[in-house]
Amino acid sequence: MSADALNTTLDRRLPPWMRGTWLRPLLLSVGPVLATLVLCGALLLAFGVNPIDYYQAVLHRGLWSPSGIQETLTRMAPLLLLAASLTVAFRAGIWNLGGDGQFLLAAVIVAAAAPALSPLLPSWAVLVLCLMLATAIGALWSVAPALLRAYQGVNEIITTLMMTFLGASLANVLVKLVFLDPSTTVPQTRTLAVADRLPKLFGTRISGGLVIGLVAVLAVHFVMTRTAFGLKLRVVGANTRAAIHAGLPVPRLTLAVFAISAGLAGLSGAVEVLGVEGNVRADWNPAFSLTVVPLVFLARFNGFASILFVFLFSVLSIGGESAARLVGVPNFFTLVIVAVLLTLLALAEYVDHRHRERTRA
Amino acid sequence: MTTVEGGRDLGKGGAVEKAAIPIVEMVGITKRFPGVVANDGIDLAIRPGEIHVLLGENGAGKSTLIGLLSGLQQPDEGQIRVDGKAQKIASPRSALDLGIGTVFQHVMLVPSLTVVENLALGAPWWRSPDRFALAKRLREMNRSLGLSIDPDAVTGELSLGEQQQTEIVRALLRGSRVLILDESTSMLTPKGAEDLGGLMRRLAGRGLAVVFITHKLREAFAFADRISVLRLGRKVGEIAPDRLATLDEATMSAEVVRLMFGWAPDPAVVDEPFVESAAHLEVRKRRVLMDVTDLAIGNPDSPPSGISLDVAEGEILGIAGIDGNGQRELAETLAGQRPSLRGTVILDGVAIESFDVAARRRLGLRFVTDDRLAEGTVGSFSVANNLLLKQIGEAPFWRHGLDQPGTISAHARALVDAFDVRTPTVDTPLGRLSGGNIQKALLARELSGAAKVVIYAKPTHGLDVQNTVATRRRIRQAADRGVGTLLISTDLDELLELADRIAVMSRGRLVGVVANDNGARERVGALMVGAAS
Amino acid sequence: MDSLFTQAFLISLVLGAITAGVPLLLAGLGEQISEKAGVLNVGIEGMMLAGTYLGFLVAYKTGSIWLGFTGGGAGGLLVAALMALFCVRLGLNQIVIGIALTIGAEGLTALLHHFQFAQSYPRLPGVATWPIPVLAKIPVAGPALFDRPPVVYLAVALVFLLAGLYRFTNLGLNLKAAGDKPAALDAAGVDVIRTRTFAVLATGALAGLGGAFLSEVGAGLFIPFMTNGADFIGIVLAMLARGNPVYVLLGALLFGACLSMTTALQVAGVAIPTDVIQMLPFAAVMAVLVVFGRRASLPAALGIPYVRGAR
Repeated sequence: MSADALNTTLDRRLPPWMRGTWLRPLLLSVGPVLATLVLCGALLLAFGVNPIDYYQAVLHRGLWSPSGIQETLTRMAPLLLLAASLTVAFRAGIWNLGGDGQFLLAAVIVAAAAPALSPLLPSWAVLVLCLMLATAIGALWSVAPALLRAYQGVNEIITTLMMTFLGASLANVLVKLVFLDPSTTVPQTRTLAVADRLPKLFGTRISGGLVIGLVAVLAVHFVMTRTAFGLKLRVVGANTRAAIHAGLPVPRLTLAVFAISAGLAGLSGAVEVLGVEGNVRADWNPAFSLTVVPLVFLARFNGFASILFVFLFSVLSIGGESAARLVGVPNFFTLVIVAVLLTLLALAEYVDHRHRERTRA
Repeated sequence: MTTVEGGRDLGKGGAVEKAAIPIVEMVGITKRFPGVVANDGIDLAIRPGEIHVLLGENGAGKSTLIGLLSGLQQPDEGQIRVDGKAQKIASPRSALDLGIGTVFQHVMLVPSLTVVENLALGAPWWRSPDRFALAKRLREMNRSLGLSIDPDAVTGELSLGEQQQTEIVRALLRGSRVLILDESTSMLTPKGAEDLGGLMRRLAGRGLAVVFITHKLREAFAFADRISVLRLGRKVGEIAPDRLATLDEATMSAEVVRLMFGWAPDPAVVDEPFVESAAHLEVRKRRVLMDVTDLAIGNPDSPPSGISLDVAEGEILGIAGIDGNGQRELAETLAGQRPSLRGTVILDGVAIESFDVAARRRLGLRFVTDDRLAEGTVGSFSVANNLLLKQIGEAPFWRHGLDQPGTISAHARALVDAFDVRTPTVDTPLGRLSGGNIQKALLARELSGAAKVVIYAKPTHGLDVQNTVATRRRIRQAADRGVGTLLISTDLDELLELADRIAVMSRGRLVGVVANDNGARERVGALMVGAAS
Repeated sequence: MDSLFTQAFLISLVLGAITAGVPLLLAGLGEQISEKAGVLNVGIEGMMLAGTYLGFLVAYKTGSIWLGFTGGGAGGLLVAALMALFCVRLGLNQIVIGIALTIGAEGLTALLHHFQFAQSYPRLPGVATWPIPVLAKIPVAGPALFDRPPVVYLAVALVFLLAGLYRFTNLGLNLKAAGDKPAALDAAGVDVIRTRTFAVLATGALAGLGGAFLSEVGAGLFIPFMTNGADFIGIVLAMLARGNPVYVLLGALLFGACLSMTTALQVAGVAIPTDVIQMLPFAAVMAVLVVFGRRASLPAALGIPYVRGAR
């Protein structure tokens, strides 16, 4: 089961009304978004809420207002790093579904390390050290699945899921028993002083993590499409037998993929802690990695498309949080919108694929 | 209905009797796919008690015709009549209900189920598979048809021949009156093919209509009561039983070849290697490029061991044998894809046993795999990238690990021109090209640069006549330039055409080597038979 | 250590294992059907959540626990129908759609709950148990094992029912064939799409039932996102069980026991954070995989949509 196989094998059947050529651009770009707005609008009406008010609130708080867009861009940082993490893995045919465990564990350890180091070292050194530490922790948490997959052929979906549950629980144990901040009643780690966090961009409140995230996505995109290393990984992902035939060291490449992917997921945890949260509370688990999985798929592992989808998702989730307070529709509604949007985007891609098959033939 | 039993030469089945009323008739069948007419106005009658051979090249429309009869596809025009009534064969289920059973080229059994469970597949879902009764019926079939299939064996562990027999038995147990066999001998040993022929004869003797699809003339003549020839989607001829019975093999062969290819084979192409046979003797005196001594490969199933061979500059050493006797393992081991247990491999003076694929390639060892799509190439990648699949990261195409797109495309364009690969651009995904062009690209990759020794695994397998001829010409040209060639093939005619010497491989061992001269066919055959028995 | 293994501790441990294990069992059994037939059903959490919500809603409105379970199963079916439409009929990416359905069900159930019950958080009355005559009288094990709500017996019965179905019916063969070599099933005259659709729907019904158990028996109320990762445990159980329902049962009990160990330990007067205990089953499975490192044998066609004629 490779990502390629999942992506390319599609049913040949299609209802006739979808076949018109004029529908294609519409269905592909604006179509899914518009249809989502309409469908979810109808749902809002059913709940007795004016959809226009709601959408206005989402757009205002997620996009138009200065504070909203800053929050949106800040939210993008960890998501972009996870997108980079998943892109490397999926392109190489490795199903790293353990991103959340790698993220959390790195986050907790960085949250404990940063306040402890900051009296000893200059702020920039602490940050650099912590980012490196997080990357190492993330990678470390994938060693078992990586070795099992590379040398024993054990399915990595099982092992990475196991490790993600383990990681989440271990992170909690660490927060509650080891790194507990004695000065608060809530179980959480010590809080990193605002001054010691990742620098904000150009006097705004946008976290510097955004730059790290963008660089990571673009770097991964570049490596995967323009370098020998990326091409080797893609050969392994697309056709393992061809990789062996071509003499590629498949087990070693597999280990490298796990290290890079999990390292980026760990880095994502550090960026969220050092840039936004400042500490880790017990039972904190934003489950970002799982949310990014479908976005990366829909982007067809393309870095630029990933940035776009992550941006769209961030607008929705930040705007949705605020709209919940403004219009009285709970934040959960964002989930519904995202779900509908994902489904319709997948449908649109399907229609497009069908169309290209038809015209190519 | 025919009542005559026995082999073709003895009785010719129903051939001499008056033609029976057809069970299935195809009338004016046309099937189009985007850009091709796969079947064009085909008329075909399938009669009980008769082995009807469908002959045709790859792409002649045989598979489509089977697809239509077995319910996988629907015709665009024309009619299929069963027992005189027009029928729509809408699904595999309805084909089975009409009594049409198909044994596909690729085995259609679930490997993880037992034989009996596979026989049960397709029964109403709420029922319980009656394993006991089915096993009993299978044993009866075994007895009456002279087979020996173990009802409780896990299907994936049976030999291909046994799996095919299982499929035939399954079709019979379902009450098939028409049995379609699609290229069924392509994976079988000569003995297995012969057995299959006997089985078909017995089935026709029971009044079954057997349709046998092949592109091998020899089999067609051996098994057929009636021959229909397809070319480019059209039915270009039919030889009725009474006529077939009176023709001698040479006349028939000439007629069928003319029908199949639309032209008579060019004798110059066929005879080419024999013209040079004096030169072949010279070849033996040249420098040895590859010397393999006592090579053993760790493979529990068919462990090739004790392999010793040598290939000289410009020499073509053929390796004959039935598929699955260790040829693939041997090729993979020599190419560096598979570790060896012991033995030495010297390539032009360098011991390479411990080298990986890339290192061996750099020293001039090349391997043209027979699995062009699943192993040799990545279909979703561009032609250019596929041409460099074994050199990823090497200069001048990559510098400091970065793509050099200009160099990569220029390299690709040069090879595409030199090897006549028909592709819109070098950036086109390779998977979009035809099988023949994919093979050309593969040859381009392996023969370019400083190739010293090239290993070919079944290089013309699945190619049409023109691409087969072109591929063989490439192999010959490369050898004439001094490349040492190891040619693994299951097609004896190919080896006789190209090789200087022919080694025979059986059960993981080289059982003998013969010079390719006038008596080679018989001696190779004797080695194969002797080793098998 | 004497005080640790008191009767009270053991009873609460077994009770907890069953209460926590039954939803995992149902989810795992459900997922197993889909995976057998070649569908990687990541939408299972959406199905469970629909089951928790609808099961609770129906039980609350009608006062009937049985109608509640029916509603829960129907909720799971509903989500499964979408999964079947998108992933089996149209062949869309199973992971994208699975996650989308999960997110959607999370949002929708939380939203519905918000508009209906956010103020009141109503509770269901405790579920009546069906003591099995004689067996329920056995000391310690009796009340813990044989005095349970009937759904528990049903879930355990399902294990053997499914094992029988896989072994003794053509449906069982069809499911396996659809996952291992769908083209062969098609050639044998069985509709692959229909077989897989059935599998996904069955998964939905079972997951929905498991969800309903969570809200009706386990908690007695609906809490948004209350399935909380049970789906992934279900997926892992199904993958590890290699097509055998009995292994799913054993795995579910192991996971259930560990998940409920904390409560039992509190009863015994030992305070260990929940998280430490919760790590145990995952750590155990990882340890087994590391030590034995066996190749996982997943169905060959898992995750690949079936298209007739495409080989």
